[in-house]
Amino acid sequence: MREVHVDDVIQKISQMCIDCNYNIGRDIKEALVKAEISEVSPIGKSIIGDLLLNSQIAGDQQMPICQDTGMVVVFVEIGQEVHIVGGLLEDAIQRGIREGYEKGYLRKSVVSDPLIRKNSKDNTPGVVYYDIVEGGKLKISLAAKGFGSENMSKLKMLKPSDGIEGVEAFVLSVVEEAGPNPCPPIVVGVGIGGTVDKAAQIAKKALFRNIDESSPIPYVADLETRLLEKINQLGIGPQGLGGVNTALGVNIELFPTHIAGLPVVVNINCHASRHAVAYL
Amino acid sequence: MALKKIQTPLTDESVLDLKAGDRVELSGTIFTARDAAHQRLIETIRKGEDLPFELNGSIIYYSGSSPAAPGKVIGACGPTTSYRMDEMTLPLLELGLKGMIGKGERSQEVINAMQTHKAVYFAAIGGAGALIARAVKKNDVIAYDDLGAEAIRKLEVEGFKAIVVIDAHGNNLYETEPSKYKTTT
Ligand code: SF4
Repeated sequence: MREVHVDDVIQKISQMCIDCNYNIGRDIKEALVKAEISEVSPIGKSIIGDLLLNSQIAGDQQMPICQDTGMVVVFVEIGQEVHIVGGLLEDAIQRGIREGYEKGYLRKSVVSDPLIRKNSKDNTPGVVYYDIVEGGKLKISLAAKGFGSENMSKLKMLKPSDGIEGVEAFVLSVVEEAGPNPCPPIVVGVGIGGTVDKAAQIAKKALFRNIDESSPIPYVADLETRLLEKINQLGIGPQGLGGVNTALGVNIELFPTHIAGLPVVVNINCHASRHAVAYL
Repeated sequence: MALKKIQTPLTDESVLDLKAGDRVELSGTIFTARDAAHQRLIETIRKGEDLPFELNGSIIYYSGSSPAAPGKVIGACGPTTSYRMDEMTLPLLELGLKGMIGKGERSQEVINAMQTHKAVYFAAIGGAGALIARAVKKNDVIAYDDLGAEAIRKLEVEGFKAIVVIDAHGNNLYETEPSKYKTTT
C-alpha cells in the first residue's frame, strides 16, 4: 500500500486550476501559430494574432486567458495499491477547486441548482469521475471547461447502418450549427459508442488529449484527420467571421456498444482548451 | 475596412455611420450585463421601476469578468455568447439601447429591431479576455452585486477594439463572410 495524503491532493488540484487557466497549452499555441500563417481571411488572421497576443499577456501577467474560467471536470485514476489518508478524496478535490479559484482570482461560474440558479460563489462542485486502475499512483486529469463551447455540444443516437459516414455528417452539422458561438478556432471531442452517458463521458475525455496526438487506432486517426479537413472547409473561420481555420483539432474516443445502437456525442471546446495532468 | 474611433454615448447618426466590417475603437462608458442581469432589467421594466443606468444611447457589453487581482483594474473580460440575451434585448432596444458588444449570431427579431430602433452589434474576440482587459481603465459594480460574476458593471474604456458585425442597415458579417471561404457543397 502506498499512502497519499489528501492535503497533497488539495494543493495539487488548486495549482492545476490556476495553471491551466493562466497558461495556454503548448499544443494549442503551436496550432495557433500555424493557423495564423495558413489563414487566408484578413480578419481571421488578425483575430488569431490577437489570440496569440492574449495568451502571451495572460502568461506574462499570470491572469486568466479567458474570463470564463470554466466548470472543473476531473478524471481521477486511482491505483489499487493507493491508500488515501487524512480525509475523503472527493472532499479534497472540491476543496482544491475552491482554493484554486479563490487564490487565482478565477471566476466563480457554478450555480448550486440548475433551476434555482444561485451562484455557489466558490466554483464548486466540479464534476469528478473515478477509475480504479492497476498500480500505486494517483493520476489526476483536470480541465476547466468553458460553457460557450459546452452549450454547442450535441448527442445523437445514430442507427448502426449510418456508420462512419453518418458520424462524419453529424459532427459536421454540429460544428456548422455552432458557427461563431464557441469562439472558433475550436477543438472537437467526439465520443462514439457505449451508452448515452458513456458516449458523453468519452467525448469529454477526448478533449483531455493534446491535439497533436492522434488516436492509437489507425482508422480512427484517419477519421480525425479527415474530419479536421472537412470542418476547415466549412468556411466558418476564426470567431465565425470567415476563414480556413475553424478547428485546431479533432479527437475521437471509442467504446464498445450495443448491436442496436451507435451513440455519438460531439463535445466542443474552444481554443482556450484548458487541461492539465498530474501524478501523486 | 475602416478603423473608426467611437465615443459613447451613441447617437442615431453615429450608429447609422457604422457598417458591418468596420473595426472600431470604443472610448467612454459601457455597461456589462449578461443572463441574470438581463432578467432583472426586464423585470424592472415590467414593474415600471427605474433602471440602474441610463439606457438611452448606451452600450451593453455581454460579459462577466473574472475578479481583479490586487493592483489590477479588472480580470479577464472578454465577451460571452449573445444569443442567450436575444429575447430580452427587444425591450431594451425599444428604450434606446444603441449598441451591444458580444460574440455570435443574433435572432432575426433582434436584427429587425436594430434596424427599426437604429442600433449596432459589435463583436469582441471571444477568449481574448486578458488582451481586452488592457482597454478597461475603471470598473465599478453599479447593480445586482449579489449576482457575483453577473453583476452590472460600469466600465470606463479607452480604445476598446471591436468589429461591427451586424449594422443598423441589416448587414451581417456572420452571413456574408463564411460563405466566401466555404469549399464544400
Ligand atoms: S467559449 Fe471558450 S474562449 Fe469562448 S468565452 Fe467561453 S471559455 Fe472563453
